[in-house]
Amino acid sequence: MLGQIIINGILMGFIYALVAVGLTLTWGVMDITNFAHGELLMLGMYSSFWMFQLYSVDPLLSIPISAAILFILGVIVYKLIIKKVLGGNGLTALLATFGLSMFLKNLAQFLWTPNYRYINGAMVTDNKIVIGNIILGMPQVVAAIGSIIMTLVVIRFMNNTKTGKAIQATALNRSTASLMGIDTDKIYAITFGLSGACVGVAGALMSSFFPIYPQSGSLYSIIAFVIVALGGFGNIKGALFAGLIIGLTEAIGGYFLGTQFKYAIVFLIYLIVIQVRPKGLFGW
Amino acid sequence: MVKNKKTLIILIAVIGILPLIIRSDSFHNILVLLIIYATLGEAWNIVTGFAGQISFGHAAFFGIGAYASSVLFYKFDISPWIGMLVGGILAALVALIISYPTFRLKGSYFAIATLAVAEIIKQLFVSWDFVEGATGISLPIVNDSWLCMEFHSTKLPYIYIALGLFAIVIFLCSYIENSKMGFYLKAIRESHEVAESIGINTTNYKTAAMVISAFISALAGSIYAQYVLYIDPFMLFTLDISIKIVLLTVLGGIGNVYGPLIGASILIPLSEITRVKLGGTGRGIDLMIFGLLVIVVACYQPKGIIGLVDKLQRKAKKAGEGKVEADS
Repeated sequence: MLGQIIINGILMGFIYALVAVGLTLTWGVMDITNFAHGELLMLGMYSSFWMFQLYSVDPLLSIPISAAILFILGVIVYKLIIKKVLGGNGLTALLATFGLSMFLKNLAQFLWTPNYRYINGAMVTDNKIVIGNIILGMPQVVAAIGSIIMTLVVIRFMNNTKTGKAIQATALNRSTASLMGIDTDKIYAITFGLSGACVGVAGALMSSFFPIYPQSGSLYSIIAFVIVALGGFGNIKGALFAGLIIGLTEAIGGYFLGTQFKYAIVFLIYLIVIQVRPKGLFGW
Repeated sequence: MVKNKKTLIILIAVIGILPLIIRSDSFHNILVLLIIYATLGEAWNIVTGFAGQISFGHAAFFGIGAYASSVLFYKFDISPWIGMLVGGILAALVALIISYPTFRLKGSYFAIATLAVAEIIKQLFVSWDFVEGATGISLPIVNDSWLCMEFHSTKLPYIYIALGLFAIVIFLCSYIENSKMGFYLKAIRESHEVAESIGINTTNYKTAAMVISAFISALAGSIYAQYVLYIDPFMLFTLDISIKIVLLTVLGGIGNVYGPLIGASILIPLSEITRVKLGGTGRGIDLMIFGLLVIVVACYQPKGIIGLVDKLQRKAKKAGEGKVEADS
């Protein structure tokens, strides 16, 4: 039984990690607390849902499409809103993204009603992997694997491409980066797009086993905040490990203390760890 | 010493007279909420505006206050006035307990910690049977009485109770702002290291700010509970309330004693009016427009309305000076 719970926690942890990776990118590089991150995830879930509903594209196949849509959306959000609040203090940016989150949530409600929607009959639905006495749901396994792949892609992109290195340079010092000939404006746009692409992928992966509704992103955005802080702002590997820790905490804590307390334990773990590492596990 | 004492007194008098002139229930309703939120904004301003420590968890103190007075009234028939005080003390105690571990953290790490604390408190209240858990508490309805702080025929007493608290709070805030403590807090805001190096005990002062702020927020919470007469953990402890407090203070002008009042005067009527006019459809148009307006304000007036006033004043002054020069 405990084995089952640990495995479930790990699988969920990888999905949390991917959502958090998207958030830590914008937070670490641009110092923007994006309160609309969960809403972008929600839009990612909806985009897969509608592609399945209207064109019967399986959520697995719609991953690149969702990623592309959310990448573009991320760039648009940057160009229209974030760019204008970058110069001000952090709270102004927070206001703008909070307004955006409210707008997107209610736009989804306006367009698609507050009803819960599910994707029935996707490729992965109802499949199971049985190893000994541990049963793994196929959607969760696929989502975890997909999340790992996307996280690795992001890490590789950041370390091995010119654009990725430019993003890191900009994160360290914007004015120096721009003196070195980096178009920081473009870098920020790409960072926001990349952050969107992460939740686009996460949304597509989650859409086959989570209910889809306008508020569906809100909870994940709060958890993602905690994961990002736990891992250290801007640290992608930190987000990955913290995601796993939070996934495990939630599963194990929920098992021993009752599911109604699982999120309380998640937040408690943050408060405890942060006492030992005041700048997150991997921050400095 | 309180600077601009006169302005404050006139301001409060005007707010006090307004509901006597405009006698409409919807206006009175907006005014009660506006004053309660402005009070919350003032409280938050002490921690974030003065001391520079961003709190995303003020809903916790607000909720504790609302619950303390409601539970005492509902279970033990104790007057909300006493409950209010109990709530304030409880919230101050909670603030004291959480301050020590959280104030070691800086910047966003602190902000997320306050958010985490508020979420934990919410979860506890949801599964705490003694306070009716997720069902919430419907306060017993009694005849209009000052002792039970319940008024059904008119909203005016609520306005004056809330305004009374607000008046005390705004005087307290402007006193703190010009006191030694206020200067210490601002020093901490500008540079934590420098403040420490000149001998300010930063932890003590930040904790004091948090405790005062929590106490005030809880009092506002008790009044709110008596006004709406129904409370549950989801309406009180949500991130939405915490952010609404942040929102209106930043909108009005952060770190300024008039900021929360200005912000609340814009935000609360806006959200109430859009809710009444457009909320009936149940499709969220009101909040959509509200969100959009928040974005616009953040993008084009990042320093808050008070920043705009400052700018205009400076412009007027400059124009005036120009004139004098031209004359001579």
